[in-house]
Amino acid sequence: MKTKLQVKDLHLAYGTKKVLKGITMDIPENKIVALIGPSGCGKSTLLRAMNRMHDLSPEVHIMGEILLEGDNIYAPGRDAVDVRRKIGMVFQKPNPFPKSIFDNIAYGLKIAGQHDKQQLQEVVERTLKSSYLWEEVKDDLDKSALSLSGGQQQRMCIARAVAVEPEVLLMDEPCSALDPISTAKIENLMLELKKDYTIVIVTHNMQQAQRVADLTAFMYFGEVIEYAPTEELFGNPQVELTRNYLEGNFG
Amino acid sequence: MQSRRFIDRAIKQLFFLAATLSVLVLLGIFGMLLMNGIKAFEHISLTEFFFSSNWNPAAYGKPSYGIVAMLFSTFLVTFGAMCIAVPLGIGAAAYLAQVAQAKTRLVLKPIIELLAAIPSVVVGFIGIVMVGPFIAKVFGLSNGLTALNGSILLAVMSLPTIITVAEDAIRSVPNSFKEGSYALGANQWTTLTKVILPASYSGIIAAIILGMGRAIGETMTVLMATGNALAMPHGFFDPVRTMTATIAIELGEVPYGTTHYYSLFAVGALLFLISLGINLIAENIAAKYRYKA
Repeated sequence: MKTKLQVKDLHLAYGTKKVLKGITMDIPENKIVALIGPSGCGKSTLLRAMNRMHDLSPEVHIMGEILLEGDNIYAPGRDAVDVRRKIGMVFQKPNPFPKSIFDNIAYGLKIAGQHDKQQLQEVVERTLKSSYLWEEVKDDLDKSALSLSGGQQQRMCIARAVAVEPEVLLMDEPCSALDPISTAKIENLMLELKKDYTIVIVTHNMQQAQRVADLTAFMYFGEVIEYAPTEELFGNPQVELTRNYLEGNFG
Repeated sequence: MQSRRFIDRAIKQLFFLAATLSVLVLLGIFGMLLMNGIKAFEHISLTEFFFSSNWNPAAYGKPSYGIVAMLFSTFLVTFGAMCIAVPLGIGAAAYLAQVAQAKTRLVLKPIIELLAAIPSVVVGFIGIVMVGPFIAKVFGLSNGLTALNGSILLAVMSLPTIITVAEDAIRSVPNSFKEGSYALGANQWTTLTKVILPASYSGIIAAIILGMGRAIGETMTVLMATGNALAMPHGFFDPVRTMTATIAIELGEVPYGTTHYYSLFAVGALLFLISLGINLIAENIAAKYRYKA
């Protein structure tokens, strides 16, 4: 099993508040890894560290390494823009740009210098098909993406992230704002996408982690308490804390 | 219980009164301009007023009342001002809202707002003694008091309005747009120009229009700094006299109740209509492009 993303002794602080305290974990290629844990345990923070989203917040300090196929994304001189092109992200709340559906999906390609109309059209169609949205929107590509329902918006955001063909896809509670049917669609989509991508997902939903994730990491107060294949972690947790959490004793 | 309800109702009425009062004042002003202005057309033909560029109401024997020259002057100076103020203003707003560190912003913002506090007569003064001569020197003119001079000064005067309103608009763009753009591998410049500015389009248009309103209505500065020549200007290097300046210069000396007197009201009414039109257009654009958050 090839390792795609390697987190090595990662520390992160907001100002003086330590949020991540030495995270080390390997994320294998073409797998879905779920990060679970109580609110405030640092799972979203860890996810956002994986594509240098924290660069936007000057008060965040990071120590340690995250290796993408062996290359540290935090190495001095490494371009954050280049990192994010390889490691895409889907956010908790669907965030379509106030543009047409077509322009939303073509955005990532256009800013990367792709302006060939034919090519763009092809990618838009392919990614919308791969996110099972094509049939629903193929006649409305010129309409504002804001006119889509929440679930459609989120699938469009996934299509948009996929359109730039990243290597890793980070998803921060992508279904928390959606109804069960939309959630099911996105979970199926994730299982489909893992053939081509490595996916890391933050979720509050234990069932979701069990349905989609190959591996699950349980985090608590900025540390990874247990990281194991999903079935093992849920079926036979090795650490007392994990068992307590999964049994619903806190969190 | 009874008294509380009474106070409730009284306060509601009070606010209603305040709101109606401002509407009444507005209507009153326009009505006054219109009533007086209309009397001018007992002696001036509409054709002359709107299509002649010859304004000489005090001429002995055959006075003329064409407003084309001053109308064009007003547009020329305003257009020039916007050409300078819009790129500068939006650039500054984008910088303040998206690029500047919190500390820098905390220093810059009040200073920019202070710019609005400079009395227009002081700006006009600066135009006469500094900007005007500078223009004359740079472009080799005999006289620097030109439309360009007015444009530069009005640009400075409308900058605070444009920057403040545009910055609010840019700042109100949800952070999630920015993150979404960065996550797709966009850099700061692309994110700003392709996502954030388009998303704040309506607010930026509103900012421009408000700045324009400021420039069109400004009187003292253009009166002092643009040379006040009544002739039709041929470009930015000619001295001009705007509609506002004409009213300000002539209304004080014109005999009450004469055609000249009423014609100045007609100019005022037209100025009012132009401002109103600009504001309505702005409202329209803003409403059309307003997006759901």
